[in-house]
Amino acid sequence: MIPELGHYALVLALALGLIQSIAPIVGAATRDAGLMRLASSTAVMQFLFVALSFAALTVCYVTSDFSVLNVFENSHSMMPLIYKMSSVWGNHEGSMLLWVLILALFGALVALFGANLPATLKAHVLAVQSWIACAFYLFILLTSNPFVRTAEAPFEGRDLNPILQDPGLAIHPPLLYIGYVGFSIAFSFAIAALIEGRIDAAWARWVRPWTLGAWMFLTLGIAMGSYWAYYTLGWGGFWFWDPVENASFMPWLSGTALLHSAVVMEKRNSLKIWTILLAILTFSLSLIGTFLVRSGVLTSVHSFASDPTRGVFILLILVLFIGGSLALFAWRGPILKQGGLFAPISREGALVFNNLFLTTACLTVFVGTLYPLALEGLTGAKISVGAPFFNMTFGPLFVALMCVMPFGPLLAWKRGDLYGVAQRLMAAFGIGLVAIAVTFAIEGGQSVLAPFGVGVAFFVMAGALVDLVERTALFRAPLATVRTRAMGLPRSVWGTAVAHFGIAVTLLGIIGAATWGTERILTLKPTQSVTLSGYEFTFDGLTQQAGPNYQAQVAKFSVRRDGALIAVMEPSKRAFAARSMTTNEAALLTRGSGQLYLSLGDSEPSGAIAIRLYYKPLVMLIWLGAIIMMLGGGLSLSDRRLRVGAPKPATKSAAKNTLQPAE
Amino acid sequence: MTRKQRRLILIGSSLGVLAIAAVLVLSAMSDSIVFFNSPTDIAEKHIAPGTRIRVGGLVKPGSVQRGENLNIRFEVTDGKSDVTVRYQGIVPDLFREGQGVVTEGKLEAGGIVADMVLAKHDERYMPREVSDALKKAGRWEETAGQTSGGTPR
Repeated sequence: MIPELGHYALVLALALGLIQSIAPIVGAATRDAGLMRLASSTAVMQFLFVALSFAALTVCYVTSDFSVLNVFENSHSMMPLIYKMSSVWGNHEGSMLLWVLILALFGALVALFGANLPATLKAHVLAVQSWIACAFYLFILLTSNPFVRTAEAPFEGRDLNPILQDPGLAIHPPLLYIGYVGFSIAFSFAIAALIEGRIDAAWARWVRPWTLGAWMFLTLGIAMGSYWAYYTLGWGGFWFWDPVENASFMPWLSGTALLHSAVVMEKRNSLKIWTILLAILTFSLSLIGTFLVRSGVLTSVHSFASDPTRGVFILLILVLFIGGSLALFAWRGPILKQGGLFAPISREGALVFNNLFLTTACLTVFVGTLYPLALEGLTGAKISVGAPFFNMTFGPLFVALMCVMPFGPLLAWKRGDLYGVAQRLMAAFGIGLVAIAVTFAIEGGQSVLAPFGVGVAFFVMAGALVDLVERTALFRAPLATVRTRAMGLPRSVWGTAVAHFGIAVTLLGIIGAATWGTERILTLKPTQSVTLSGYEFTFDGLTQQAGPNYQAQVAKFSVRRDGALIAVMEPSKRAFAARSMTTNEAALLTRGSGQLYLSLGDSEPSGAIAIRLYYKPLVMLIWLGAIIMMLGGGLSLSDRRLRVGAPKPATKSAAKNTLQPAE
Repeated sequence: MTRKQRRLILIGSSLGVLAIAAVLVLSAMSDSIVFFNSPTDIAEKHIAPGTRIRVGGLVKPGSVQRGENLNIRFEVTDGKSDVTVRYQGIVPDLFREGQGVVTEGKLEAGGIVADMVLAKHDERYMPREVSDALKKAGRWEETAGQTSGGTPR
């Protein structure tokens, strides 16, 4: 009964979606306010029905209803409740349902909080949002229905893929999807603007918060995914340039570019066409990401779905939306009026530079991800493009971007004074140089790249602070003045500084973990010890423990520093009977911003065990930096300007009124 | 500056960045791309020793020899030809005889000296490169990748 209810609710959502796809467009064309308002109600109802459908599937999982094929294939009655819930999106069908749930949620949010949007713009946005939703409802209903029943209900399920039975992965997909799908709003606004042939600063002010929100979640989602891969896959890597990772990274890069170009549009009414194009590209990359992950065209550590027929369907959606929107862009883009002029050296110029480098870096990732597919399709040759490719292409571009980053926020709009800004950045530059010298000295001249990278990171961190220090008059004025000034600064200024600081922190973490990490791979017998980076590990023995749906082999290691016991690390291997699979549970010990990492290999009959042992200095900074970036985004989002929205018509008439007496 | 001049500067610098990116991509392509081969390819094509390649196939039953210091030696087969792989380190949890595996390393006389060994990580999942290589060698049955499929337990 419940699965049928869920199925039916989804069909109803599709029906509502079809109405919402057409009615508001007709309404906007005929100036029929009733038809346009209809979209708001259907958007909210659509969300309620998809939520009902999602709830139905969740109930099937929680009650272990194995008569539903999807539950049987991905769940197990002995699994803890949290994993029963996360299994809902730990498989292809359910994750697509989550995808449309979030899409419908964003549609409903626009409907509910878009009261001060122009009526036709709102109608168009909701219609476009519904086109996307309908395509994906159809995809789910026709190719991946999660509510299909089996003829005879089995007694026990096949279990969720054990790698996915992890708290990190329980919340990773929702975060990532909120990010991915959140960009659909920017897309819908862009298409709506093209349909209307009109776009202004108010448009950017509307799009920016949505993009910023999506970007924050995507940042957090990518960071979580990276941390998950780091501790689950057992080899201590935090980023693999795996196609599925790239699939989430590309929208992040172009979404970051979009955030910045939208600032130019909002403040200076410039870069309109480019911003529209970026909004289209960002969501297109999200769609491509969905295609890459869901179609099974890639071999990846993460993909758990592979079915070519679905791939063809998603490819169709892709061609329709990307091709359609780009064609619309080519047709309608030129009518948009050009905005304000600016000199190459100016805040706008710096933001263009940012966009140029971010999109080019995104392009290199795109080439590296899709070139193997294209080559295989054309010639049949199979190649793998690994980390070295991305380090050589993406790396230099991103470092160049970081070197210029501190200049941007200090430059004036329209026409900036590069020499003046360079002078203001002298202190930051000095800090960067000192960091290079100190790192070089500590390292003993092993490499040039790492100290240089550390220098760049410190330059960016100090550069981010320079603006704040100057504007709050820190060190110059009495503390009370500084406080009032700090309170008075727009939140978006704080947001910029914090986010820029965050990316430098991440860079520092990447350099630390990649260059100064140490590792040992060896076999140890009980009571034997091994030393790594000043830490002594003693193998105390193996024990067996029973988990809810697995058997664990737990190894105990005492960790000593200078002879004193500081911790006990217990890495383990879990054997899951239902899928005859084992997973590796690495033990982590955080020391400052670094981590000790211990994971198990095979055990020998003699009682000896193979282990991988890593010391990764500064590694925590990678994820800390991502959290700081997200906080920066949050600060910007809380800026009064964005909260209030776009009071454009009011200010315009007010400005006219105040000007009138002077005439 | 006129609007036209500014636009020229913009377009010029964009093309400049794109050109730099193209140079980076092309040079990285020639240096860091690794071709995938099946054991039959290695037997038939004449690949220069010292080339970095990927090899995929099944771990030949009975061929795994473990030595001191985590050294391991095994043969990868696609049913037609075999190739010896030497590796030092910990092999993945799902590395087993008769299962699909992908290795990457230098081709030397007498086989591959691998620095990476990947196994499938799910009972139902076979690396696509491996299944394609097996199909090409005519040793693929659709059920081979799904040992536990079908029958509910």
